Amino acid sequence: MQITITLNGEPATAEAEPRTLLVHFLRDNLGLTGTHWGCDTSNCGACVVLVDGEPVKSCTMLAAMAEGHEVRTVEGLERDGKLDPVQQGFVEEHGLQCGFCTPAMLLVARELLDRNPDPTREEIKVAISGQICRCTGYTNIINSIRWAAEHGEEVTA
Amino acid sequence: MQVPAPFEYARAATVDEAIGLLERLGPEARLVAGGHSLLPMMKLRLATPEHLIDINPLESELGYIRDEGGEIHIGALTRHREVLDSELLAERFPIIRDAELLIADPPVRNRGTVGGALCQADPSEDLSAVFAALGARAVIRGRDGERDIDMVEFHQGPYETAVGDAEMLVEVRVPVREHHGSAYEKVKRRTGDWATAAAGAALWLDGPNIAAAGIALSAVNPHGVRSTRAEEAVIGGPPSEEAFAEAARLAAEDCDPIGDQRGPADYKRHLARELTQRALRGATERALAT
Repeated sequence: MQITITLNGEPATAEAEPRTLLVHFLRDNLGLTGTHWGCDTSNCGACVVLVDGEPVKSCTMLAAMAEGHEVRTVEGLERDGKLDPVQQGFVEEHGLQCGFCTPAMLLVARELLDRNPDPTREEIKVAISGQICRCTGYTNIINSIRWAAEHGEEVTA
Repeated sequence: MQVPAPFEYARAATVDEAIGLLERLGPEARLVAGGHSLLPMMKLRLATPEHLIDINPLESELGYIRDEGGEIHIGALTRHREVLDSELLAERFPIIRDAELLIADPPVRNRGTVGGALCQADPSEDLSAVFAALGARAVIRGRDGERDIDMVEFHQGPYETAVGDAEMLVEVRVPVREHHGSAYEKVKRRTGDWATAAAGAALWLDGPNIAAAGIALSAVNPHGVRSTRAEEAVIGGPPSEEAFAEAARLAAEDCDPIGDQRGPADYKRHLARELTQRALRGATERALAT
């Protein structure tokens, strides 16, 4: 079947079987490999993308279900060659080691800051609780998101 | 790579269309809403429907939380996140937010729906116990109209509900009564895991006495979540530690947990007792504060 989504603001169309999961549609059919494919069981959260602005595990959604919806992936964070403040925060605060969970962490952080620009560390923990990071112990991820909350305006200015 | 077996995909734009498709495609067709129970089962090939009817386009028709005076109506396609965020539900039935905060994780709650959770009827699912404790009713629609049944009758066994062929759950109706307090207590190993055990309690006071009570447990029974004997132990008298201890003892006695990777059966029975008691205390505190 033909599936058309709005991907990072632009229409994107590809042929795929109805059983194609959104994560594979993004990576294999549309060629955007920034969305990571992890546990396959909706536990690890590495595949999170924003669907209509909300974090969703793309391994547990059919591509067909995204027809006509807006999907934002990590490739859509950078604007005009400038990193999003959450991306800059992960650079400043060393928010990653292997990077496997990072695209999803960044998107969850972006969505959190969009609805709550000054979250507490506790609120950040809840927001990222659907994501597993096996490198950082989470502390630096939380620091990174706090950095983005504190410096967001300078970065986007 | 886990992917579902091949199936034919259809979208329903209205409830009538969904029911029409179910009728036409027969018993090998399944509805999919959030898909966070069904798709994992399809990936493991535990479920292999030949036709999948996507009802997400019904969100505008079935995604709502409405105050209808004596009842709150929750549409079957209301997402967990909307239930969690609802101030109306938090104010009227605090047990609902207690439970929602501990269901899966935030991205899963963004997709998973009330109707999907109830229709999956997993023995460890939380909302079944919550709605049973609240004395809610499930509204099921078919070609010939609607029927509404008690949540206790809705559940017919693990992964089995009263929803028949070519029918769908469209709404949950929760009765509103005054002087109410409720609470949900759950033990799980980590975020995203199913409950090791959980207990929900709802109380309605009449003066100093408990006039009505709902006590329902999750993850400790293959079938039937409500503990009638525990409810009877607290109804009629004032809230007291003695009555709660007795109700908790009965709830633990009546449950039938199985030992698995989440813990042995006697541990779960211990949790059933402790969590029932805590839920009753929490419910009382809230009822007295109203």
